[in-house]
Amino acid sequence: MTITEEPTTTTTGVIGSRLLRKEDPVLLTGEAVFTNDMKVPGALHMAMLRSPYAHATIVAIDTSAAAAMAGVRAVYTGADLAELWAAPMPCAWPVTDDMLNPPHHPIATDRVNFVGDGVAVVLAETDAIAHDAIDAIDVTYDALEAVTDLEDALSDRVLVHPELGTNSSYSWNLLVEETDGAVQRAFDNAAYTVTERYVQQRLIPMAMEPRAVVAVPQPFGGDLTLYTSTQIPHVLKVMVAVTLGVPEHQLRVVAPAVGGGFGAKLDVYAEELLCVALARKLGTPVRWNETRSENTVATIQGRGQIQHIELAADSNGKLTAIRVRLTADMGAYLQLITPGIPILGAFLYAGVYDLPKAYDFSCTGVFTTLTPTDAYRGAGRPEATYAIERSMDALAREIGIDPLELRRRNFIQPEQFPYEAFTGLVYDSGDHDKAATIASDLIDYGAVRARQATQNVEGSTKRLGLGVSTYFEMCGLAPSRVLASLNYSAGGWEAATVRILPTAKVQVVTGTSPHGQGHETSWSMIVADKLGIDPADVDVLHSDTAIAPLGMDTYGSRSLPVGGVAVGMACDKVIEKAKQIAAHQMEASVDDLEFIGGEFRVVGTPSKSMPLGAIAFAAFTAHDLPDGLEPNLEAQVTYDPPNFSWPFGTHMCLVEVDTETGDVDVLQYVAVDDCGNQVNPMIVEGQVHGGVIQGLAQALYEGADYDADGNLRTSTLADYLVPAASDVPSITIGHSVTPSPTNSLGVKGVGEAGTIGSAPAVMNAIVDALSGLGVRDIPMPASPNTVWNAIASASTVTPNTSTSPGGTP
Amino acid sequence: MVHDGKATPQARVEHSPREHLGAPVEITVTVNGTPHTHDVEPRTLLVQYIREHVGLTGTNIGCDTSSCGACSLHLNGEAVKSCTVLAVQADGTEIRTIEGMADADGTLHPMQQAFMENHGLQCGYCTPGMVMAATSLLEENPNPTEQEVRIGLEGNLCRCTGYHNIVKSVLAAASANA
Repeated sequence: MTITEEPTTTTTGVIGSRLLRKEDPVLLTGEAVFTNDMKVPGALHMAMLRSPYAHATIVAIDTSAAAAMAGVRAVYTGADLAELWAAPMPCAWPVTDDMLNPPHHPIATDRVNFVGDGVAVVLAETDAIAHDAIDAIDVTYDALEAVTDLEDALSDRVLVHPELGTNSSYSWNLLVEETDGAVQRAFDNAAYTVTERYVQQRLIPMAMEPRAVVAVPQPFGGDLTLYTSTQIPHVLKVMVAVTLGVPEHQLRVVAPAVGGGFGAKLDVYAEELLCVALARKLGTPVRWNETRSENTVATIQGRGQIQHIELAADSNGKLTAIRVRLTADMGAYLQLITPGIPILGAFLYAGVYDLPKAYDFSCTGVFTTLTPTDAYRGAGRPEATYAIERSMDALAREIGIDPLELRRRNFIQPEQFPYEAFTGLVYDSGDHDKAATIASDLIDYGAVRARQATQNVEGSTKRLGLGVSTYFEMCGLAPSRVLASLNYSAGGWEAATVRILPTAKVQVVTGTSPHGQGHETSWSMIVADKLGIDPADVDVLHSDTAIAPLGMDTYGSRSLPVGGVAVGMACDKVIEKAKQIAAHQMEASVDDLEFIGGEFRVVGTPSKSMPLGAIAFAAFTAHDLPDGLEPNLEAQVTYDPPNFSWPFGTHMCLVEVDTETGDVDVLQYVAVDDCGNQVNPMIVEGQVHGGVIQGLAQALYEGADYDADGNLRTSTLADYLVPAASDVPSITIGHSVTPSPTNSLGVKGVGEAGTIGSAPAVMNAIVDALSGLGVRDIPMPASPNTVWNAIASASTVTPNTSTSPGGTP
Repeated sequence: MVHDGKATPQARVEHSPREHLGAPVEITVTVNGTPHTHDVEPRTLLVQYIREHVGLTGTNIGCDTSSCGACSLHLNGEAVKSCTVLAVQADGTEIRTIEGMADADGTLHPMQQAFMENHGLQCGYCTPGMVMAATSLLEENPNPTEQEVRIGLEGNLCRCTGYHNIVKSVLAAASANA
């Protein structure tokens, strides 16, 4: 592993260090309690019968045999439970005022709209009995035609929801022109244009922990606790209150140890609502755990877009206009933020490039009879980055210049930051040339190009390809007013409390909800740095709405640039209060005090000092506080960020493609991600590693494969190719550090960066390897068969007589 | 896409529930040094037995096709996916789970320590299985190459780490042993 530039460290040396994680001992020893590990006496186990049809009318359901089985407490159909729903399941992002959103309830009543749609539930004494019983339920369906193809769906030939009269949920447009007609004029006057079509296949997020839910009611007191494997306990609490009519103040939501999310647990799910509703109805705990095969159909999927992108460029290759037409697969229903996912990408189709005001984007969200889509790592931004980065390579081929050179000609330059983009959004900071230079040095760009020239000769069956991708990520969701302008139904703030206990230990309460990101460690480091204490003396409390009542949770690479910054601000606020107590007790003026190394000192009188611990105890006893000052040493902050954070970077991938088998061997992968100041570089690198492999997996292995009837053919981990260690390369990491000027820590998000940069880098590399054979595009995932077919069909179109040494002249 | 007519459903295995289950069978299994005796349904998987009867929940379930390896544990000293073994087949065996890896005084097993020091885990769900598989791998091959580690762990899936630091952890544990 290569670290080309060590991130900034602060004076205490805590921030910027590779502190080992506090989270690890419980996870390494089996002590951690995931939702399905909870022991809940008396809990009934719920199992759900799911539709085997993608589209069908429910004619009849016979539950009598199931209900008669020993150990079965109850069997319910959708009709039995219809009165429990105060409102349909929530979609919090109505992207347009006229967006169509068919009512969606946790269990179907008349019609099923995807394989996996729930039709009946069983409550039984054990999980095994519950699953036995759902097999005994007899449902009569009247099958309807499935709608699985996006372009077919757009034609309205078969309507998913006939009552809507169309399969189009919405059309969302963003036209930015300096003057009317600027986009068309740019295309008319362009020296070069490219027109590309890309398919973002559906992906199954596959967090290693499937979902699990336990709802524990207090029948007489009225309180209810919902334990669930979620990224969003706070948002979920509000949504459960709204959809079930549960008084919010009597509802507590806890996310215990959560085994990964990747956006798929950023949702409000039918099973969560069912467990709560049935626990309340029966006055007994109800639990459910998802099998992996259920997970592939009943948990949201990601991506699912067809992208048409056109670039116009002048004679130097400088971009003059971009036009994007997107068709986005909503699936059968709109889940929590389904319609907004492609819109998150709408602002990034110009990538890291200096585009004039000549941008024409439109997106149509379309219903199909497939599992709903929603946020999956990157959520709209990997798709956008893929389209611009693939089409930049196409443009470089069109012009006949090196793709990295084309990018350099278009980079927003360092002196242009903060940079107001054509969309009106302001990119906080960046140095794209620097990141690209670090990456090209690490992969030895010039030497690789020279190797290609000698290796990719006529008749060669092992062709080298070098792929480049540069990206900007819009993350750290987000300024609440900006979210309002996008019709998003929630704010983007984050809350933090820092509480100094009488014995000088510190509790931090955060509204973020980690599930692998290491917030307990990183937030402790921020606090330790601010307060001059040992990170081991800090405990971070989270993911329980009774302990951390305020929060907006973890998604969109927001936790550090919003939640972590809030923690730092709460430290500052608590220091200010402590300073008043210190000044009072030391009989000094507040203005004469400084706080260094965990002590208040009188400036110029080094002998006079008080440690923070002494102030904490004084604040606790409250015997001698300044007049009017409240006892105890704690401060709470709710921080609404002034801007998104804009991490960026360059990825490069070197592949060798066997033209006889279509096999792609990734020889080297370099990722340079600039996320501003790094609190813990070890954790940052871990996020990048995992992100890169998830994007590489989209490029090479993964895809939710449906047949024409809407049956998922990749419905288990035996069929859906989550890569194993033997399928992926080691990763070379480089960093540049360009602090964000918009927050006090200078940090940016990093959770999604790797995924955003990697799929286009890998695919550009494969196409680069084969472009000498006439290959211009390969669909994802680039399986050996797909690659081999692309070579074969290119050879048919363009006889294999090219003397071009590799993709790139 | 041209497609006429009505959809056909996803294949579903039909069977008459609970008639084929058979009578419970008594088994005795030694788990982390302690013998346990229980009556189990013959269809009970070893992982279900460990989690639900013995009550040790460190061994996780990540799939239903023996693909992910989250449930890996040691059976008579060798790593197995405990979802591919019936509890009745484990009668009379010695089992070691993740709970049996660290010393009673809190000292982590060298493999656990290596995972911690090399950031070989993020969400931690695959981790117990990964640690059990990795220790078994080093028993068979104490000095593996990077590629041998990658191939040796191919039965264990991780979604967070991209495997980079898992491989690094196992190589570190191997060189600490050497």
